[in-house]
Amino acid sequence: MHSDFLTSTPRPRRRVRSGYTNLVSHGEPWVWLTAGSLATAVLMITGLLLFITMRGLATFWPLPLEEVRLASDEVLLGEVAGLETVPESDDAPATSRRLIRVANYELTGQHYAWVDDADVVAVEFPRWATAVERLEGGRFHGIPLAFFVDGDLVAEGPDATWKRFSETHPEVRSRYAQARSIDKHDRGRVQRDLRAARLHVVQVELDHGSDSSEHVAAIEAEAAIQSTADEEVRRFDEQTAALRDENARYEIAFQTADGIEVRMPLSEIVRGWQPNSLTWAGKLSIYFARWQEFLTDDPREANSAGGVFPAIWGTVAMTIIMAVFVAPFGVLAALYLREYASSGPVTSAVRIAINNLAGVPSIVYGAFGLGFFCYVLGAGIDELFFEASLVADNQPVFGTGGLLWASLTLALLTLPVVIVATEEALASVPNSMREGSYACGAGKWQTIRRIVLPRALPGIMTGLILAMARGAGEVAPLMLVGVKKLASDLPIDSVFPYVHPEREFMHLAYLIYDVGFQSPNSQAAQPMVFTITFLLVAIIAALNLAAIWIRGRLRRRFETQQF
Amino acid sequence: MSTRPTPQPAPSRATFTDDRLVAVAAGMNVPSEVHPQVLGETPVLEIDTFNLWYGQKQALHGITMPIPDRKVTALVGPSGCGKSTLLRSVNRLNDLVQSVRITGDMRLNGDSIYDRRTDVIELRKRMGMVFQKPNPFPMSIYENVVYALRIDGERNRGVLDEVCERSLRGAALWDEVKDRLADSALGLSGGQQQRLCIARAIAAEPEVLLLDEPCSALDPIATGKVEDLIQELRGTYSVLMVTHNMQQASRTSDYTAFMYLGRLIEYGPTTEIFTKPILRETEAYVTGRFG
Repeated sequence: MHSDFLTSTPRPRRRVRSGYTNLVSHGEPWVWLTAGSLATAVLMITGLLLFITMRGLATFWPLPLEEVRLASDEVLLGEVAGLETVPESDDAPATSRRLIRVANYELTGQHYAWVDDADVVAVEFPRWATAVERLEGGRFHGIPLAFFVDGDLVAEGPDATWKRFSETHPEVRSRYAQARSIDKHDRGRVQRDLRAARLHVVQVELDHGSDSSEHVAAIEAEAAIQSTADEEVRRFDEQTAALRDENARYEIAFQTADGIEVRMPLSEIVRGWQPNSLTWAGKLSIYFARWQEFLTDDPREANSAGGVFPAIWGTVAMTIIMAVFVAPFGVLAALYLREYASSGPVTSAVRIAINNLAGVPSIVYGAFGLGFFCYVLGAGIDELFFEASLVADNQPVFGTGGLLWASLTLALLTLPVVIVATEEALASVPNSMREGSYACGAGKWQTIRRIVLPRALPGIMTGLILAMARGAGEVAPLMLVGVKKLASDLPIDSVFPYVHPEREFMHLAYLIYDVGFQSPNSQAAQPMVFTITFLLVAIIAALNLAAIWIRGRLRRRFETQQF
Repeated sequence: MSTRPTPQPAPSRATFTDDRLVAVAAGMNVPSEVHPQVLGETPVLEIDTFNLWYGQKQALHGITMPIPDRKVTALVGPSGCGKSTLLRSVNRLNDLVQSVRITGDMRLNGDSIYDRRTDVIELRKRMGMVFQKPNPFPMSIYENVVYALRIDGERNRGVLDEVCERSLRGAALWDEVKDRLADSALGLSGGQQQRLCIARAIAAEPEVLLLDEPCSALDPIATGKVEDLIQELRGTYSVLMVTHNMQQASRTSDYTAFMYLGRLIEYGPTTEIFTKPILRETEAYVTGRFG
């Protein structure tokens, strides 16, 4: 048979030659197709990031104020926020128009106005055009006119008025900050003391009955605290009233572009600047001052101005607590699945179930978190340890959304990611390592702890990074389990017991939704939304970079240099 | 599955064909030819009618062989003859494979290995094993060597240092790595890694050292070094070595066992196996005419 095969002349095979087989075998189009897909993805992602970065970083830059005189004799003063070309239509030729941030909402009724370039008669950049950020009512644009102390005119004309303003404003701001600190911290402390005394009375009544000697003593103690509290509150009232009266003495008058004169107290003004006459250094200092306020201050005006410090705090704290919970649970679960459980239908079923869990919509986790963590676990904790609070004013402590429950909900949400990644990392540890360890007389757990886990750690960290990235940007479940529009009490502060995991908190991702889409003046808040988005992306990137750095260090330790 | 297969009774000699290997391939039992010199040695390890199944498939058939104390014993045979399985059965690494069943027993210096009361962990601590591919652990050279002591809970730095140096010297690696003991073991070359694994295996003073084709993943120079090392270990340690390489077996071992399809065919002093074996089948194999 062998020889037969060798000696008989084979019939030549007819080779199929066509454009299609040529294309498939040489395959240049596939290179184009695959490379094109990658290029599109990269372009879209970098485009998105660039757009967010540019818009986010531009928000706080002081733009020049344009004074635009219209054909209708109307005059507008504001920053140019956008230019647009209106395409030609049947009844009108192509025109261009500009969007001007006119500010002065209480006078104009709008934050922005569109102006057709054809209507513009003249554009000027007045030297003294001033942009003012106010505590309430948004931006104000005008020209300084006069400065008043106790209602008396002390300076007139832009130059003299602004000079007086610049001298007086810092002290006014510092008095304002003092008053606010008294309101927030000192009054807050008195309120807490009072509430603690009240809860103590209720607790004693629950423990010992209503007419017991302990109850009477507690009531007396409460009365004593109440009287010192009244005394303190009176003192605070005097102090803040004095500060505010002093501040109220100083007023500044502006003239708007329309010629309307507006007087406002200095304490209403956060900061003011003349962008048209600012030097680069001046612009930079305004820019960084606004960034500093943004990063370190509480929000103002329904979150559309001021800072986002509580939200930064909430986002970072929640992500870290989530990672702290999800890492050990996920790793232990994966260890059991991969190292201990014998393979069989049950293990496979569990594995499939975990993979499917990753696909459950996040709002379902939110509903579960609310139903289980808040209403079952939290309510149970409240009944055991915080009964007085429930009896006194029906105010749940743990029985409502809070940082802890939100973190746990997100930990649950990201658990499948960690388990799957850990399992894969464990599977990639070569069996020869395990056998080598067993051969040295190591037990199963010793082998896992000393050989398998260190080898798998970089892979586990990758899973954790993915989980953190997913968790930090999640909004839907958080809305159900503790994120609030405004919560200026941070979950960690100087008040005993220092950590308050039951407190509601703010979150940057939720802030984007709230400021951008729920705010009454979302147009004015639009630049803020970009800045918050940029900040959120930056924070998630920073958290991931930190994790990647740690992973890199671990990986270098186990670097393989195979021969 | 439910009934444990028992070794079939040995068929009488009359049923043998001329070629024992053909008989084995046909599923028949053949007696092992064991040279009398082997039986004259003090055994460190005694393998006693040992059978092993992977699921339904029998991989070892009634292996009975003593392993002499402080000698190098080589297991040779074509691929799939069960020599690695036999080696891994000595320290019960096959326990980790789910479908494995065994009958028969082995004894390490008289202590039963497969007895129900035997503590596998303690048992493995009395043996050292080196694998086909170097498998240094992802830690420093130092920690690799003292791994067995670490898991035993040894914390005394002096003891660890002493064992580390002695083992590395024993594995002829000390001069190459003494200045970088804290570096990752994964940075060593392949031959160094394998000698490190030998150092790790002899650190706990094993009663028997199991080598599973220790040179098959190494280049010729590294192989030479490891072979020299095995020569040096002779007399100090009892070595049971699996090898594919006939020259290696003849160069390094005192005794050689020829296995075929899960059966021990011939077992005797290396010089006799390679120069005047009892069976011509053995001669055919060691001279390379078959296998």
